[in-house]
Amino acid sequence: MLAGRALKNIFRRPHYGDDIALQMDAIGVGSLPVVVMIGTFSGVVMALQMSRALSQYGQVGKTGMLVSLTLVRELGPVLTAIMVAGRNSTGMASELGSMKVTEQIDAMRALGTDPIQKLVTPRVIATCVMLPLLTIIADFVGMVGGYLIAKFVLSIESRQYWSSVWRALEWNDVTQGLLKPLVFALIVSLRGCFYGRRTTGGTQGVGKSTTQAMVLATVFIFVLDVLITKVFVSQVGN
Amino acid sequence: MAAETRTPVLRFESVTVASDGELALQDISFEAYEGESRIILGAAGSGKTVLLKTAMGLTPPESGKVFVFGQDISTMREKQLFDIRSKIGMLFQESALFDSLNIQENVAYPLVNQPSIKCPPGEVLPRVKQTLEFVELGGTLAKFPSELSGGMRRRAAIARAVVTEPPLQMYDSPTAGLDPITAHTIMALLIKERDVSQATTMLVTQRFQDGNLMANFRYNSEQGALEPARTGDKQKSRTTFMVLKEGRLVFEDDQDAIESSNDPYIIKFVKQRV
Repeated sequence: MLAGRALKNIFRRPHYGDDIALQMDAIGVGSLPVVVMIGTFSGVVMALQMSRALSQYGQVGKTGMLVSLTLVRELGPVLTAIMVAGRNSTGMASELGSMKVTEQIDAMRALGTDPIQKLVTPRVIATCVMLPLLTIIADFVGMVGGYLIAKFVLSIESRQYWSSVWRALEWNDVTQGLLKPLVFALIVSLRGCFYGRRTTGGTQGVGKSTTQAMVLATVFIFVLDVLITKVFVSQVGN
Repeated sequence: MAAETRTPVLRFESVTVASDGELALQDISFEAYEGESRIILGAAGSGKTVLLKTAMGLTPPESGKVFVFGQDISTMREKQLFDIRSKIGMLFQESALFDSLNIQENVAYPLVNQPSIKCPPGEVLPRVKQTLEFVELGGTLAKFPSELSGGMRRRAAIARAVVTEPPLQMYDSPTAGLDPITAHTIMALLIKERDVSQATTMLVTQRFQDGNLMANFRYNSEQGALEPARTGDKQKSRTTFMVLKEGRLVFEDDQDAIESSNDPYIIKFVKQRV
């Protein structure tokens, strides 16, 4: 229901542009360093692991392909979403929760603003814009991480690595890789805001809703990841 | 009588409110008229805050009807309520200033955001400054709520509640948790605001002395202090005391009646008077 009201507000005035920009900054720019780190290292790890498995079949040259597929389809979206859930779902839950327990949400309603319009919608919009962008960045730095391993550890030629990276990707992978972060963004922002708004019972309640937001956002990310993947895989089968 | 024909500013019709499965208010009925002051006394958890929140449409009643300025708000939707709320100034218990905004932005918030007020942008700052002068907080525009003391926060919150000059003002425990001197200053401020704006005032408190001040004193603008109201009888008739006990309205009358009451629950409040 919160989702419905938050989404309906996207098309309704007044818009709080400043708040959207502020949230984009917090979610996007704030998460950038950690997303870059995670992306790079997951690329590195994937390249190392895959090359070992591939060397059994004498196909080390295909490392780039595997790295790019796993990153774009799974690791990029899921890891980025989890990082953002950890940073921002919890942030939203505790921020909105504190506002709830100190009556600031009531005050907001009393002073003529719809808290969903003012607080939830900007966060949802900002997350929906930033999470796909962060995922693209994570995918890319992951590929670079894989490349470093390919070049310096596996001594694969640069051109061979990058061409196998690009050739591996089909439209299906790219849409999948961009649809997932969009869905995850909705989960991350709505879970955070939902638990924030439902907070009762003082500072202890804030702590509780923060934890719940994080845990449930993460669980939902994995469940929906499976569902989306299933849909895309069966499409390819047809 | 004239009072019968006027529309009450606030009218509760056997209102029952439940929160978390428990009844916070049970079968409350009363009417408050223009220019009247109502002092709502009651122990902690007796439903005083819920009463104000219901009057504002923040908490929907389970049954019964709430009329504000003659309009039934109990069935209104959030969007429609904004209109009504712009005519009510509310001071929340813990001030509830937005801690991400500074004092100036906090006080300007209702002017900028109330859809039905539409204050021209050029007038916002002068009005904010004027209201902050009124509560004697002129020099704090750029400060954040966390940088202010409890009494100053309370005053900033009062400024935010009255900046739109609402005809109905509600104060939730304005003196709670303050030292006696600050509490007195706050009460003086509320009486000043009442006398200047002639607004209907709902004051929730645990202290009878706050109600006593409200009922019997007026603000002397020359001395900048409170003085006993010369028109004592007239003032008294405009102040009504209400006592809530476990969600029920157990008393509603003027000061003489509350002071001569024999109910041990009510005596408890009256006797703590200084």
